[in-house]
Amino acid sequence: MKVESPHVPGRFGPYGGRYVPETLIPALDELVAAWAEARADPAFSEQLAGLQRDYVGRPTPLYLASRLSQRVGRNVYLKREDLAHTGAHKINNALGQVLLAKRMGKPRIIAETGAGQHGVAAATACALLDVECVVYMGSEDIRRQRPNVERMGLLGAEVVPVEAGARTLKEAVSAAIRDWVANVETTHYVIGSVVGPAPFPTLVRDLQRVIGDEARVQALEAEGALPARVIACVGGGSNAIGTFTAFVPDENVALIGVEAAGDGVDTDRHGASLSAGRTSVLHGSMSSVIADDEGQILEAHSISAGLDYPGVGPEHAYLRDTGRAEYVSVTDLEAVSAFRELSRLEGIIPALESSHAIAWLLGQGRSTEPGYDLVCLSGRGDKDLAEVIGLEDA
Amino acid sequence: MPYMMGGFPDPETSIRIANAYADSGADLIELGVPYSDPLADGPVIHEAATSALAAGVRFEDVLEACRAVSGRLPVVLMAYTNMVLGSQGPAAFAERSLAAGACGVIVPDLPLGEDEPTRDLLNSAGLSVVPLIAPTTPEKRQTEICRLAAGFVYVVSTVGTTGERNELPAELQGLVAGVSAEADVPVAVGFGIGTAEQAAEVGRISDGVIIGSKLVRLVADADGGDQAVAAVSRFLEQTRRAMGG
Ligand SMILES: Cc1ncc(COP(=O)(O)O)c(C=O)c1O
Repeated sequence: MKVESPHVPGRFGPYGGRYVPETLIPALDELVAAWAEARADPAFSEQLAGLQRDYVGRPTPLYLASRLSQRVGRNVYLKREDLAHTGAHKINNALGQVLLAKRMGKPRIIAETGAGQHGVAAATACALLDVECVVYMGSEDIRRQRPNVERMGLLGAEVVPVEAGARTLKEAVSAAIRDWVANVETTHYVIGSVVGPAPFPTLVRDLQRVIGDEARVQALEAEGALPARVIACVGGGSNAIGTFTAFVPDENVALIGVEAAGDGVDTDRHGASLSAGRTSVLHGSMSSVIADDEGQILEAHSISAGLDYPGVGPEHAYLRDTGRAEYVSVTDLEAVSAFRELSRLEGIIPALESSHAIAWLLGQGRSTEPGYDLVCLSGRGDKDLAEVIGLEDA
Repeated sequence: MPYMMGGFPDPETSIRIANAYADSGADLIELGVPYSDPLADGPVIHEAATSALAAGVRFEDVLEACRAVSGRLPVVLMAYTNMVLGSQGPAAFAERSLAAGACGVIVPDLPLGEDEPTRDLLNSAGLSVVPLIAPTTPEKRQTEICRLAAGFVYVVSTVGTTGERNELPAELQGLVAGVSAEADVPVAVGFGIGTAEQAAEVGRISDGVIIGSKLVRLVADADGGDQAVAAVSRFLEQTRRAMGG
């Protein structure tokens, strides 16, 4: 099965595209060319692979979580992106893009962040490669992900609070895009997920697919067969696409994306853009978006800052429509309870984002059918302690 | 060619502002449709849109302002892609806009390459799709944009979002001259023009001057509708005088 529409690069069926101000079009063209050239250059691939191994700590382990498996009813393997340097999968993308920006001669990097993981990853890559870094972050997210704000400061990045709208990820992306429109000649925008105008959804997928490429080999080694289901949480969709891509041609492997249901998908407080969105443009691409009947984007809600986003990568909308992937959702409460449960069962404190994937497995996804499951544990939960402990006190 | 945000600061005052623009001798009104995520706009217009939406303004309220003045001067809507696609698609958007007397639309996030089939559909319905050219647009692309232009070509003066600038870039004159040589339609310049003197300067090198954030800011800073109308009228009269019209 071919996922990207062959005739229109940057399109996934009707989704994708580049709905951005004219000013940015040449920069996007430049990025397409630079990425094609970098990928074809063995020196670039070697440099990236070397850093992934020695600096990020790849390949990350695939871990058979036995006590979790007992609860679920069959073997569950965790792809340990939480063990990657900086504590989440976001570094895979950030490092690749900052390397690319250096190659393009852009002296300044901007990024947006929700949970702060992408901001930390971008700040880390910029420290390593000695580039200026500015991170846009909604002030509500600055409040709930404080440890990551402090990390970015230590790493030498400037964090710019965004006060518009709900002061979360959507506004941070908008602020970064506006900065890019104004400074496009000197700046590269390291977008944090498989969203945004083409070629970003493809570029970020290319950099994140290492998760699934490694996991597929590791899983075959461990079980001698492919998993029955591959599961990942979906915010913008980068850890999910990164995990799914290697398995897309394996038609017998079910691909399951878990979205944030917040207070419930039937309320107006959720982040389930695939389960309850409509076809609209957000941040430069056509996808499934939480929007009203006139096309106004609505506020999302999730306890997890990284899933608190009304849009999703266009490729997910396409995978949904073609039936190749299935998208489900779990509520804030279910995610928090999975956060606690995985901590006690396995001694692994997951990010609240990743807790959504675990929550689905422990709830609607329980299964005793033959076969086994593979879950992307996209990040570690240290950043979320204050938020979860605050709930206990409330 | 003054810009205003439809429904801002409230639907009734926005109709008065539109009439004040016509009274001040404007050649055309650019009427903004409030959108939640306007990526081409700086803080002033973004905040006006947010405030209009928070007050419950819908597309129909903007069309009401359009209807009120479209008999007096041409009205071009400024609407983001999501507004044009809406829930009923571009044909319905064109029909409603034309019925309210609009003659064109500027869609700042629908660049060449993404604009089909929407552009053809709107143009053939009779709603001219006014394209934008930025300082970063390469020459070949400029030529193609000019070839497909309807109504006029909108030249973005500076690299950046809408908002007032202290100085306009030195390269602007060359950019406008290049576009004028390619285009069969008039060439207007916008983004960044915030004083009567700048308007006069740009007026000398182009067929039209678009003033946006400055006027929206005057409205936002005014204390009530009367003051808002007085402030924009005063500024447009100064501008007219500076432009020698
Ligand atoms: C640990 C972790 N997982 C998941 C996400 C969601 O992003 P995506 O869906 O792009 O993987 C984030 C985003 O901040 C994150 O920090």
